[in-house]
Amino acid sequence: MANATLTPRRSQLTKGRMPTYTLWVVLAASIVVGAALAALVGFSLVPWAIFSAILFIVAGTAVSAAIEGERKAKNRLALFLVYGAFLIALLPLLSVIWTVLERGVPGLTYNFLFTSMNGVTGAIDNQVVAEGTPVLGGAYHAIVGTLQITLWATLISVPIGLLAAIYLVEYSTGGRLARAITFFVDVMTGIPSIVAGLFAAALFGQLFGPGTRTGFVAAVALSVLMVPVVVRSTEEMLKIVPNELREAAYALGVRKWRTITRVVIPTAISGIASGVTLAIARVIGETAPILVTAGFARSINWNVFGDWMSTLPTFIYYQILTPTSPTATDPSTQRAWAAALVLIIMVMLLNLAARLIARLFAPKTSR
Amino acid sequence: MSTNALKRTGGAGESGDKIFSGASLAAGCLILAALFSVAVFLIVEALPVLGADPSDITGGEGFLTYIFPIVLGTVIAAAIALLIATPLGIGVALFISHYAPRRFAQGLGYVIDLLAAIPSVVYGAWGYAVLAPQLAIAYAWLAANAGWLPIFEGPASQTGRTMLTAGIVLAVMVLPIITSLSREIFLQTPTLHEEAALAMGATRWEMITMAVLPFARPGIISAAMLGLGRALGETMAVALVLSGGALTASLIKSGNQTIAAEIALNFPEAFGLRLSELIAAGLVLFLITLAVNIVARWIISRHKEFSGAN
Repeated sequence: MANATLTPRRSQLTKGRMPTYTLWVVLAASIVVGAALAALVGFSLVPWAIFSAILFIVAGTAVSAAIEGERKAKNRLALFLVYGAFLIALLPLLSVIWTVLERGVPGLTYNFLFTSMNGVTGAIDNQVVAEGTPVLGGAYHAIVGTLQITLWATLISVPIGLLAAIYLVEYSTGGRLARAITFFVDVMTGIPSIVAGLFAAALFGQLFGPGTRTGFVAAVALSVLMVPVVVRSTEEMLKIVPNELREAAYALGVRKWRTITRVVIPTAISGIASGVTLAIARVIGETAPILVTAGFARSINWNVFGDWMSTLPTFIYYQILTPTSPTATDPSTQRAWAAALVLIIMVMLLNLAARLIARLFAPKTSR
Repeated sequence: MSTNALKRTGGAGESGDKIFSGASLAAGCLILAALFSVAVFLIVEALPVLGADPSDITGGEGFLTYIFPIVLGTVIAAAIALLIATPLGIGVALFISHYAPRRFAQGLGYVIDLLAAIPSVVYGAWGYAVLAPQLAIAYAWLAANAGWLPIFEGPASQTGRTMLTAGIVLAVMVLPIITSLSREIFLQTPTLHEEAALAMGATRWEMITMAVLPFARPGIISAAMLGLGRALGETMAVALVLSGGALTASLIKSGNQTIAAEIALNFPEAFGLRLSELIAAGLVLFLITLAVNIVARWIISRHKEFSGAN
């Protein structure tokens, strides 16, 4: 048995563990084999990535099971799948942003931002494609409509949402009415946007005759979507205002409504403002309610109480689904993507503004 | 008299109090009234459908025959979306809460929230112009190799604008909802439970199945239900992506339609009875999503004491 001491033995400390490079080797091997498999079905990037990923997950787990045992192999499999889920979730985001940038930037000209579609006909688009001249027509009317309708929706829903939240937090004593409001506000957040649009259309159809379509009807439809968001965020913010502040005000003999307007709201204003901004960001991209309430305009209309209006989302929708020129769709597609870019920039700016407001106007906690 | 004097000094404030509390009460009631009137106005405008001659309804065989295929289409689209988005959403939420390095976790959460910030019409345009042509290749392959399955029966759509594409786009749209709600609840798992599992020698995955998932189950279910509510009511993605038509079992042929897309596509030109039909369809959609949302909220409120998803 003297020989036994001479045979090299694996250390007990590293037994049942994989060297760190193992998985890299497996990954490299799966990429190579994946490329070979992809070549069988006609080589391209997507099948290559899919085959490599599947091979890596299967082989990595198998190698781990052989060396480390079943429990650790399961752990690795879960790790691969969780990381994979995140990468898959990133794909559409990157793809959408890339597509909008790639196709939207060429169309984003001064002309696009500051002219409407008034007088732009299919014949003009045909000529643009045939002769390669710059695309005419733009989304000025849609930008105006978006801003107008969103402004009016905000004007309607912020007071209602704010006051309702104040009622829930400051006045109600948790009675049946308060519980009903809380419950139905939650339910309202789930109303499909098209149903909100139908409601506004039906309401104004009953009041002012069928087929009443103006910017204001759209603003009412958007308010139905916006109010619950404002209520929820304001409620959350008012709840975290310390009770000591209210009690200190009461102890000084300040009236309740003065306490609310002078102490509670200023303390919570940053959260409320950012909540409202996020609510605006949510409704500014809504398409379906506008489609059934505001009609579709080709020219500039500043008046929300009269005539049809167009917004950026409906502009995109119609430019794609019913191109201005059915035979030469490129100019319409270009306008649609440029409008999508403008819309995304607006939404992202609003989201950014919400975060900045929340940070800049946050109450100072330290002295 | 002294009490009167005290009262007089606060006279203006008192009326201010009354006005303010009255206004806030009125705003609360207005919300209830608004939801109530949504139901009432939809019913009033939809009523003509009930009394109408069945042959006047689109399709010529009464409202039920008209609404049934599009209800089924709505459910199919939402089901595809949920089947894809729920496991993916749970995976992403686990990644952010338990796998990603702590330093990046919050930032990654924002990145996923960006998905929610992109307007639905942009998703629709993306699905129409980018995703559908890509998937058309896969559909042709599926029709050739898995065509014996009814859901992959050929001939596949050349444009890729099918139910499966619409379902995938919807999945992308509900993913952030499921992710953010599940993430919240995963982060609320009692740390002691997690540490106890790890101290017993559990691997990370065993810790998750023993401590995190049982704790989060009601939260995950309600997150999926809220995602379902969104998927059922989503309009533009389906209206742009799906090239609609009659009900078919195959998910890779053009055909099928959802309620929301049916309304959006036909409402601008509708009048008279057709308008009532579409509003009645909207009412059906409203009731379905209402039921789904109420069940989801009920599950959340039942577990309110130990969940953050509310």
